[in-house]
Amino acid sequence: MAKEETPEKTKAEENKSEESSELSEEEKKEIIEPSEVGIFKQVKAIEFRMMSPKLIKKMSVAKIVTPELYDKEGYPVDGGLMDIRLGVIDPGLRCKTCGAKLKECPGHFGYMELARPIIHISFIAIVHTLISCSCRDCGKILIPDQKRESVEKESEKIQKELGIIARRLYIKKIVTSLKKVNKCPHCNARQYKITIEKPTTFLENDKRVSPIEVRMRLEKISDEDVSIFGINPLASRPEWMVLTVLAIPPVTMRPSITLESGERSEDDLTHKLGDIIRINQRLFENINAGAPEIIIEDLWDLLQYHITTFFDNNVAQLPPARHRSGQPLKTISERIKSKEGRIRHNLAGKRTNFSARTVISPDPMLALDEVGVPKIIAMKLSVPEAVTPWNLKYLKAFLEKGPGKYPGCNYVVRPDGKKKKITDETKEAALEELQPGYIIERHLMDGDIAIFNRQPSLHRMSMMCHRIKVLPGRTLRLNPAVCHPYNADFDGDEMNLHIPQTEEARAEAEILMSIPTQLISPRYGLSIIGCTQDSISGNYLLTKDMEIERNHAVQILTSIGITNLKRLPSKQKVTGKEIFSVLLPSDFHYKGNSRDKEDNDVIIKNGSLIKGVIDSNTIGQEAGLMLRDLHKQYGPKKTITILENIFRLGNQVLLDLGFTTGLHDSDLPEDGRKRIDETLEKAEQDVQILIQQYKDNKLDIFPGRTLRETLELKILELLNKARNETAHIVAEYSTNENATVIMAASGAKGSPLNLAQMAACVGQQAMRGKRIEKGYISRTLSHFKKGDLSPASKGFIRHGFKKGLAPHEFFFGAMTGRDSLMDTALRTPKSGYLYRRLANAMQDIKVEYDNTVRDSGGKIIQFTYGEDGIDVSKSENGKINVKKIIDSI
Amino acid sequence: MNPTLKKLIGKIPENILEEANSLLPKGASASKIQKIADKLLEEYDYAKVAAGESVGIVSAESIGEPGTQMTLNTFHFAGVAEMNVTMGLPRIIEILDCRKKIKTPMMEIYLKSPYNKGKDIRKLALSIKETVFEEVTKEFLINIVESKVEIKLNKERLKELGLTLNNLITIIKKGAKGQIQNIKGDSDKITVKVKSKEENLNEVYKFKEKVRKVFVKGIKGIKQVLPVKRGEEFIIITAGTNLKKIFELNWVDKEKTISNDVIEIYDTLGIEAARQALINEVYKVIEAQGLNVDIRHIMLTADTMCTSGVMKGITRYGVVSEKSSVLARASFETPIKHIINAALIGEKDELNSVIENVMLNQAVPIGTGLPGLVTKEKESKK
Repeated sequence: MAKEETPEKTKAEENKSEESSELSEEEKKEIIEPSEVGIFKQVKAIEFRMMSPKLIKKMSVAKIVTPELYDKEGYPVDGGLMDIRLGVIDPGLRCKTCGAKLKECPGHFGYMELARPIIHISFIAIVHTLISCSCRDCGKILIPDQKRESVEKESEKIQKELGIIARRLYIKKIVTSLKKVNKCPHCNARQYKITIEKPTTFLENDKRVSPIEVRMRLEKISDEDVSIFGINPLASRPEWMVLTVLAIPPVTMRPSITLESGERSEDDLTHKLGDIIRINQRLFENINAGAPEIIIEDLWDLLQYHITTFFDNNVAQLPPARHRSGQPLKTISERIKSKEGRIRHNLAGKRTNFSARTVISPDPMLALDEVGVPKIIAMKLSVPEAVTPWNLKYLKAFLEKGPGKYPGCNYVVRPDGKKKKITDETKEAALEELQPGYIIERHLMDGDIAIFNRQPSLHRMSMMCHRIKVLPGRTLRLNPAVCHPYNADFDGDEMNLHIPQTEEARAEAEILMSIPTQLISPRYGLSIIGCTQDSISGNYLLTKDMEIERNHAVQILTSIGITNLKRLPSKQKVTGKEIFSVLLPSDFHYKGNSRDKEDNDVIIKNGSLIKGVIDSNTIGQEAGLMLRDLHKQYGPKKTITILENIFRLGNQVLLDLGFTTGLHDSDLPEDGRKRIDETLEKAEQDVQILIQQYKDNKLDIFPGRTLRETLELKILELLNKARNETAHIVAEYSTNENATVIMAASGAKGSPLNLAQMAACVGQQAMRGKRIEKGYISRTLSHFKKGDLSPASKGFIRHGFKKGLAPHEFFFGAMTGRDSLMDTALRTPKSGYLYRRLANAMQDIKVEYDNTVRDSGGKIIQFTYGEDGIDVSKSENGKINVKKIIDSI
Repeated sequence: MNPTLKKLIGKIPENILEEANSLLPKGASASKIQKIADKLLEEYDYAKVAAGESVGIVSAESIGEPGTQMTLNTFHFAGVAEMNVTMGLPRIIEILDCRKKIKTPMMEIYLKSPYNKGKDIRKLALSIKETVFEEVTKEFLINIVESKVEIKLNKERLKELGLTLNNLITIIKKGAKGQIQNIKGDSDKITVKVKSKEENLNEVYKFKEKVRKVFVKGIKGIKQVLPVKRGEEFIIITAGTNLKKIFELNWVDKEKTISNDVIEIYDTLGIEAARQALINEVYKVIEAQGLNVDIRHIMLTADTMCTSGVMKGITRYGVVSEKSSVLARASFETPIKHIINAALIGEKDELNSVIENVMLNQAVPIGTGLPGLVTKEKESKK
């Protein structure tokens, strides 16, 4: 039996780039001069291979022979699992292999010799394919030579299209189809069927094939034959799949924790390895003592079990290995797998310093691209600034203040990379030695760059770059206009703040992530930031038909920070349109539509609003076409200033005017209520007529529907019509001073239907597109007779919210309410998973320098992006506005 | 097209030039047209995507983000007489997964000239509807003693479908092969003696259940038909699809007729048609939800699903399994499987996509991480 050899987990090999070796000399030089920090090493490629027993021994630093961990003094035993040649996990100790201390030593592998070979659980399926498709005598693949070539070609193709697993299945299929004669085409030896008895035993003719035998057969398969199975013999020889040597992972990978009581608690992997070594020792002893075959075989099986669960503790036919408490051990594959595993949790997910998180609150007086940072946070986070002869004095001022006074500094970094915390005691010394080459980590100040984020970060506008404004208070402050891209509100939302620490990071954040550059959404090519709620209502009221004293107008404008009033006409009274126009650039032209159905032109000429009202179609988020035009003509920076002003103007006007919504908004005069009652009465009667027709079988059936379905559809249509009619009636009686109406008309919030639901009639409650049907046998509630088809019994709410709902109506409302609640709760994980899949599938698709769209493998996905090469975020709603170009000339 | 604009072909996409051409003011002077052309080129060049732009993740965001706002609601009723179609998020998931069986398959059959004005529309519609034996019967009677089944027929239905008694008998014989001992037809009923050992009621019952679902007439898979007037034209909307069979009918306008089953379109019309169908279907759903997503994002998604020439869903078995990088595949789902297979092949990960470089704390080769800087190395002073 060959003594070396054994596979293990796959191993990543780092191929250092060729240049790095050339650079090495320079590298050393640069470490001496630490002022220059750069990237010296870069991984170019990672190769995946199986580990041969030889390799395992070669990379090992210790042979592990005893399951003991520590001696009486609590010092790691030599040749034990916690051997300090494998790395250190205790502070103060030094690694025997590399001499480094805790946190510096990366850990080193060890190995152990197995008494008998063990099949690696992850390769069971492959081993099965290999031994059942090759001769048990000569080891050649069971395909005649003349067919070999065609099979090889075909399998090559299958691997390309469907992957390596499909290739193995194909080979297996070919071999079974050829195997009818049960003879090896090369040496004529008789072949038997080999089956797996799960999880790890092979049977041939109901007789057990021992791992030794399996390994021997695998050894016989030639390199050429191995490659037919799609296995690269250089990367992995089949016999390595049967372990003879087990690699022991370094202790740094399985550190023990010291409990409060001073007791040590070992890692799951250490426990498992201890079991393996113990059984292995017993197996050795028994073999040497010449114990009966049965005992040896039992121990062998036990070793197989322990090694299997060491790799994977979730094998279908095996009981998982458990702690004494009954909780299953977390072994290697559980460490890698799933969301909490190494790959998704630690490798693809990163953590960061220099960040803050608190509750957010609004502040419309902040600039759009500012973020208000509490002083407490500003004094904890810092920005590194290099000391030069020119800023020495400036930076010394921070040092003098120290960490306790704002704006001070928290740390000083010396040229040799040593970081020093500044306290009142160390301050003097630090001041003394400060000179160019040092780095000062000063407190945050106004104008510093920060990245602001709110989870879930669904699009790139969920992380944007803001300028810091240090403010009193304990919350992060933002301009309410930027709530929309973050999807934030102030009902207790928290947001995160990150401070980029290098010049490169700051530059990228500012150029690629700042609010002005994110104004136009790449999703649809319109402004994602715009006015909201009150600012829309305010501007709507202002531009509709307001006329105020000039003095008053000046007061409003100055209070939002507009001091250049040249463009406000000097008359006794000025109109709202004129006030609004002050904010616009004097050469701005715009033509658009407002939400009003008739007479909805909005015309701006030479920077003054001539006609029309301003509403959400003009300045709203996701829609504001005027904002898109401003952006196009004046660029992002100016647009933002204008938007800020418009936003504040709206709020200021509303503040000045007084604006409130209340119960009285849904008041209706006597005859209005009467008309609504009549309408609903009429609708109910009509429904009764329909029901009568249905009972008499006189209904015109819609094609493709049953009689009952037709009735339902007709009733639904009728009741919806009735509700809409009540909405019209409510609209007729409501005045233009009605705040609810104003909000709905301006597009700030709500719709006329909402008002109608309050004032007149809530309407039909629908579940799954039908009237409510569930509940008792042939009725919805016990209030109704069986088989009642009337509107009320099927969820029609005829009262308005103001008057109040009848008990059964309230119940129906609660039903649909619950239904929609469920809907949202169920939708979130579904859409989240879809998003994850989409992002994973498409994350590396980019535009190449030749304008083709390709994935990371260089495969062309599109010849021109989107068939015309237009970037959506630079387009107007996905198009180039040809008409505007022609009109402008 | 105006010659000045014509010169720009190759520099600007033709559809934009055509739009410009149609909007050109009448009698515009040559210099003005030149100015327009220049401005057009300038604007187009400005709006072009920059190299290195990570269009993939932008598209994924643009479809994923509104996904959270979509309703799960399966049903909708656009018009009173329309059919129920799966809409919203479930439909998007269904399309992007490339499900073989979709929830509500549907076709819109356009008709050729005389029929699209409404001629014989009901008859045509009925003729393609899948009819099973059950539908032409009124009653099944089982005679236990003689192990006979007596089937009473629905004469009106039969007449509507243009079937005769003898037709039916042959159909039943064919449909329930080996179960019939003898079969007799009378004007409005069929009596079948069921083949069975001894008086086995079970066999008789089995036969009855089987014969109920025997296919009689029409096109398989078409469960419901609905003639509808769409604009000026009459079309037939069906629940259930069978494009192949429908295309064989000579009164069908093959150019316009469509199905909402993307896989079926791929099978019958090929990958290009499937790509277009994919785009249309996704766009339809997003539009119906009142969300604004640019068509380019959907196109890119459709193209990633179709580039290999086969429809691949956005799942671990589809698009993701095709990635060139081991680590990228492993970071998605089933990492162990990918790493083991990579070891067997001896795969080399060249680290040229996003996620591997994130894992290694290296710059990502996308956007600003893409360009390299070429400089002359300084002669080292020795």
